[in-house]
Amino acid sequence: MLEISNATKIFLAGTPNEHVALDKVTLSLAKGEFVTLIGSNGAGKSTLFNAIGGTFWLNRGKILLQGENITYLAEHKRAARIGRLFQDPLKGSAPDMTIEENLALAYNRRSRNGLRLGVHPKDVKVFREKIAQLDMGLEDRLRTKVGLLSGGQRQALSLLMSTIAKPALLLLDEHTAALDPAAAEKIMAITKDIVSQDQITTMMITHNIQTALKTGTRTIMLDQGKILLDIAGKAREEMTVSRLLEHFSQQSQNTLDDDRMLLSH
Amino acid sequence: MTLLIGSLQLGFIYGMLALGIYISFRILNIPDLTADGSFTLGLAVSAVLTLAGHPLLGILLAIVAGAAAGTVTGLLQTKLEIHPILAGIITMSSLYSINLYVLGSRSNLSLIGSDTLFTQIAWLPVSKEILKTLVPFAFCFLCAVVLIWFFKTHLGLCIRATGNNEEMVKASSINVDAMKILAVAISNACIGLAGAVLAQYQGYADISSGIGIMVVGLASAIIGEAIFGRRSLTIGLLSAIFGSLIYRFIIAAALKSSIFPAYMLRVVSAVIVVIALAVPVVKKHLELHNMRKKVELDA
Repeated sequence: MLEISNATKIFLAGTPNEHVALDKVTLSLAKGEFVTLIGSNGAGKSTLFNAIGGTFWLNRGKILLQGENITYLAEHKRAARIGRLFQDPLKGSAPDMTIEENLALAYNRRSRNGLRLGVHPKDVKVFREKIAQLDMGLEDRLRTKVGLLSGGQRQALSLLMSTIAKPALLLLDEHTAALDPAAAEKIMAITKDIVSQDQITTMMITHNIQTALKTGTRTIMLDQGKILLDIAGKAREEMTVSRLLEHFSQQSQNTLDDDRMLLSH
Repeated sequence: MTLLIGSLQLGFIYGMLALGIYISFRILNIPDLTADGSFTLGLAVSAVLTLAGHPLLGILLAIVAGAAAGTVTGLLQTKLEIHPILAGIITMSSLYSINLYVLGSRSNLSLIGSDTLFTQIAWLPVSKEILKTLVPFAFCFLCAVVLIWFFKTHLGLCIRATGNNEEMVKASSINVDAMKILAVAISNACIGLAGAVLAQYQGYADISSGIGIMVVGLASAIIGEAIFGRRSLTIGLLSAIFGSLIYRFIIAAALKSSIFPAYMLRVVSAVIVVIALAVPVVKKHLELHNMRKKVELDA
């Protein structure tokens, strides 16, 4: 499904501040896998997402999605098959447009006919059904401007927008980190529902080791641009937070300096 | 009465300009200075073709010319990553030469005696003044209807989202650059159309017609917004036209009563824009002031 080979990203190459953010990362995801990604600040988690999503190009390496080489494909073209969600709930939707207009944009992302009606009555039925599943009462507010929603509601909408066109790959970059605990829990539950319902191959960055081990089917730990740990199945079931931290201190030269990661378990 | 009819006629013509400005300023969220050049370009193209005996073709080609000017600005903005305001200024100033070229290196061109759209429908059994209102109204109406429809299509939604949240647009697999170029092109097509109708309405084209026209369009769009508020896009577009009518009436009334001489027109437009843009800031300061006063009273 997703094949990354020798992905290398160097920032400020050739200067004294040169920084290798991704160091020959090779990774393969099977269809329907749900990978959780952990690592301290600067480990390369977001860099990996940006490389896959096309925010920038790799210095070396190759990315294949569904067998097609997307290493140098434009960002918006990749977005037809890759759904992305960010930490900031304001990033994923247009505030001055209504809920149904936002959903319509996401839903018709592969549409070729630009002059068809933007919000088609037939589509609105689908939107109403989908948004009712969020259980936030938004199904009766389809014509409300998105700017009037709360952060949790907006993130739920963004989640729906990035999955409504059934992407091949879903990238979640700490998408619950900016929400209050109740909203975060709710968004996480919705995420699990949607991902399992539509069998979307998913990668999720989180700072919470507990969540990382409990959610999904596979956990990868990054450190200094390299994969430090890659566990699935039985090995993952038997893994605990303290054993994982122990493993980290044995394998990595640098200490785990990320407070959020240490405090959150 | 002549005052009212005169401002209706000009109001509808400049209403199309206001529509164009509304698209770049409000929908795309980029102040586009190409307007000054593309307005005159529309005027020149329309005048030259009218003189050659093709008034309707003149209008159509003026729309195309405006769109082309907008496309150049859009390309500068997106493909060469030039600052949007600078991109507009670059196109605008080069258009000055282009416009002189179109006018055959003359600074003005009279259409007296040639057939215009206005003379072509003179057989209609209505008075001359109504005729002169009908043509601008028809074009303005058509322009508004097409735009209202367009911004309800998928492409239209994409453009609106581009002005609202670029990140989200990229994530929705929409080509941001293409949307910006398209929007600036449509905006300037409307502005070119306004110039084209004006040329045949007033019977001449002048190279300096476009100077400061962007502020005029902005003033109209803002006046409309002040009256109707920022509700939906359809209301926004219609209010831009309505704002243009009001603006023309204010100007005509002020000129008639000679509150200020005609050459002060641009200053007045600028002041209207500044006042309208200052309202939110003044409101904020007033609120803060009142808040402080209350606290001081309580203490």
